[in-house]
Amino acid sequence: MRSPIVGWLLLAPTLVVLFVFGVLPFLYVLVTGFTEWNAFAADPTARFAGVENYRQLVFDGQFLRSLWNTLRFAFFAVASELVLGYLLAQLFMRNVPFKGFFRTIHTLPLMVAPVAVGATWRLLTIPGLGPLPYYFDSWFGIDYRLGSFVDQAFFTTVVMDVWHWTPLVTLTLLAGLSALPKEPFEQAQIDGANRWQVFWHVTLPMLKPVILTTVFIRMMDALRTVDEVWMLTGGGPGSATRYIGLYIWRVVFPKTDYGYGAAMSLLTLYLTIVLCWLLYAALVARREVARLKSGSA
Amino acid sequence: MRRERPWLTCLFWCVASLVTLFPIYWMFVVSAKSRVELFGRPTFIIRSFFSENYTNTLTDPTFQGYMINSIVVATSNALLVTTLALLATYALSRFRLVGSDNIFFWTITNRMAPPAVFLLPLFLLYTQSFAAGGWKLYDTRLGLILLYCVFNLPFAIWMLKGIVDGIPKELDEAAMVDGASTWQVLLRVIVPLARPGLAVTAILTWVFAWNEYLFAATLTSVHARTITTGLAEFVTVTGTNWGQMAATATITLLPALLFLGLVQRHIVAGLTFGAVKE
Repeated sequence: MRSPIVGWLLLAPTLVVLFVFGVLPFLYVLVTGFTEWNAFAADPTARFAGVENYRQLVFDGQFLRSLWNTLRFAFFAVASELVLGYLLAQLFMRNVPFKGFFRTIHTLPLMVAPVAVGATWRLLTIPGLGPLPYYFDSWFGIDYRLGSFVDQAFFTTVVMDVWHWTPLVTLTLLAGLSALPKEPFEQAQIDGANRWQVFWHVTLPMLKPVILTTVFIRMMDALRTVDEVWMLTGGGPGSATRYIGLYIWRVVFPKTDYGYGAAMSLLTLYLTIVLCWLLYAALVARREVARLKSGSA
Repeated sequence: MRRERPWLTCLFWCVASLVTLFPIYWMFVVSAKSRVELFGRPTFIIRSFFSENYTNTLTDPTFQGYMINSIVVATSNALLVTTLALLATYALSRFRLVGSDNIFFWTITNRMAPPAVFLLPLFLLYTQSFAAGGWKLYDTRLGLILLYCVFNLPFAIWMLKGIVDGIPKELDEAAMVDGASTWQVLLRVIVPLARPGLAVTAILTWVFAWNEYLFAATLTSVHARTITTGLAEFVTVTGTNWGQMAATATITLLPALLFLGLVQRHIVAGLTFGAVKE
């Protein structure tokens, strides 16, 4: 009755679009990474160069510095979001008046265009206009200028990311917390466990899969942050907040050094995957992997 | 059990909400002030609404072009993605296709790759390969509409899969016994029942397409520039007219505010790809 041919026909447009605009570019970049190809060079055609691009990358100080800054950014942002998001999720577990209203407000940053997020934070931090420089100066006597101080620029990008994405962490952890069974908590109460013990021995182990998922999603997104940071600092001062996506897009790309740029993109992708895999291996015990697998099958 | 103090919790939430809203509120304040009012001690109250920032932006022909492009791109993309995703999920849900589980998973991995990886090959493909005669896909609305499918289709398929799976198979089998074709089953049985899900999918897809910046900035130059690239130009080109930049940012942000109430329950599932269900 149901011919598979009709099924494949229904699926065909989706597969074609994903292949032409998703798989094809990926194969293209894979091949380009092994060529020496610069549109402005004396010989502007692609020439096979083996792993030469990758060899250069490993010794490219600018690339490595950018990578290091990206990792620092992702670490500080995701760690703060996790702690803050957990606390807020716990607050949400209690009976709050106007819960729905607070929830709606809390979802707002998730819907805002990253470029607009960067614009709002820029407006907050412009010297002479934004309230942040003004009150930092008049209350604490701190000279707050993103364009001049490396650490201030770095931490402001972290805070902006925390503002933008903590709601996602809160809501995923909230979903995880609401799904936990009640009995282990009651049992712990009976056994006279204190709050810290309940958190460490009951909540945390049960919440682990949700926390892990959240960390992965946030980590992957943080590692590829471009728009917001570009709007806020433009990658500066110097190259302090020129995170890897920004570096590829604003520096390597305009140089039309296609082969080198492709290799850098791929190495970044590869490092992202390795990092996530390492996190996964470090945080999840084997038993839990087995359980997750059987759960999802 | 531990005693709960709802009003203390409520106070915490009020503070958290103020922190969340403050940057957006400040942007609105800046957008409602003239250049003279802006400098010096920050004031958080709007005494008189300085509408020139908005009228300047909205009457600027370049900006109008950006806005039309954004509306056309986001709307076409949302319609295209929702239609294709509906066909695909119907196929995945109702037909026994070899390897359909792998296809479902594969569509999802498409979304996980960092955009920086795709920028370079897409730029080259758009300027050199996807061209015929004098025509190129580069700097066209069509180029953006098709490209955004790569990021939005996986999300839409995931979103609709659960909904189409939830519609009892007996319903479309009964219709088929009555002699309905596949198209008729889709249009008369599936679409009416999946309508709320289709609406949420279309809205979220629309918002994602409206918000996108990196590809719009790389794959367009003049004709197909969108509102987000227009906003970014304020920083790079005319970095001093903050009032007008704030007005533009407010306009960029407006759809998010409008649709917030409708889709807020689904945004987390959408962003985490269903890894976390609410």
